[in-house]
Amino acid sequence: MSVDFSLYNKVFENRIRLQIMSVLMANEGYDFSSLKDLLDVTDGNLASNLKTLEKEGYITVEKSFVDRKPNTRYKRTDKGAKAFENHLSALENLIKQQYK
Amino acid sequence: MNQQDLIKEIGNIRSLMERSSKVLSISGLSGVLIGIYALVGAAAAYYMVYGFDSQFAYRDHYVTEPAIIRNLFWIALTVLLASLTTGLWMARRKANKAGQVVWNASSKAMLLAMAIPLITGGLLALIFLSKGLFGLIASTLLIFYGLALTSASVYTFKEVRWLGLLEIVLGLLALLLPGYGLWFWVLGFGVLHIIYGFIVHKKYE
Repeated sequence: MSVDFSLYNKVFENRIRLQIMSVLMANEGYDFSSLKDLLDVTDGNLASNLKTLEKEGYITVEKSFVDRKPNTRYKRTDKGAKAFENHLSALENLIKQQYK
Repeated sequence: MNQQDLIKEIGNIRSLMERSSKVLSISGLSGVLIGIYALVGAAAAYYMVYGFDSQFAYRDHYVTEPAIIRNLFWIALTVLLASLTTGLWMARRKANKAGQVVWNASSKAMLLAMAIPLITGGLLALIFLSKGLFGLIASTLLIFYGLALTSASVYTFKEVRWLGLLEIVLGLLALLLPGYGLWFWVLGFGVLHIIYGFIVHKKYE
């Protein structure tokens, strides 16, 4: 019984990061405060996980001002989308493996 | 990680993808209420124009009289405002119950998608009103409302798409059968909303 772990992605082992990526897969872009409301996490927690994803090159950050208030928008990159899909395949394989 | 955890995790991802991109706080029951308001409004409009002694199909008034037009306009506006208030209030309640906020990225996107056809249709109807083209108003509003719903449906329940398409069909039929505008409104804004509301309520609530 051998499981292919090459697709499994350590970055997504963190639940918040996996959730952020799910949201960015389903939407063109998402802003910080909406993301915070949706995931129900603290500013610091969300920011540090976003930073990690950005460093990996999985998401891009766009800063602008809306009504003079800072607005930060996040988008997935092609690399991030590929990594997310691979990670999901890995999870799927794990499940299939356990059914055998 | 065991299998149960994995399955839960994937379920979690699915629900998050859906919650983040769809507006699910629209209440089905508010659709039923909105349909009832439309029926009440239509009944008021009917009695205003046709009067109570209409068994011989004689009208008490014609829709071209300025006082009648003004009253019909106020009835329509009242129904519209009551419907918007009910819809928003019940959406808010439903969202609060689910621990979510009404005003999120997807509801903003949905409103924007609806705003373009709705404002266009509204302005077009006002132009027809000012030019005395009363016969075109009922169908115009139905068609543009249907267009607004179909473009909003990307962001919410798929039933909204069907509601929108049916409104468009009714609007086009209303254009083919002039003089029956009120009945098409009864069907489009009243009956269809009630049916839609029940379906969404049964299926999702």
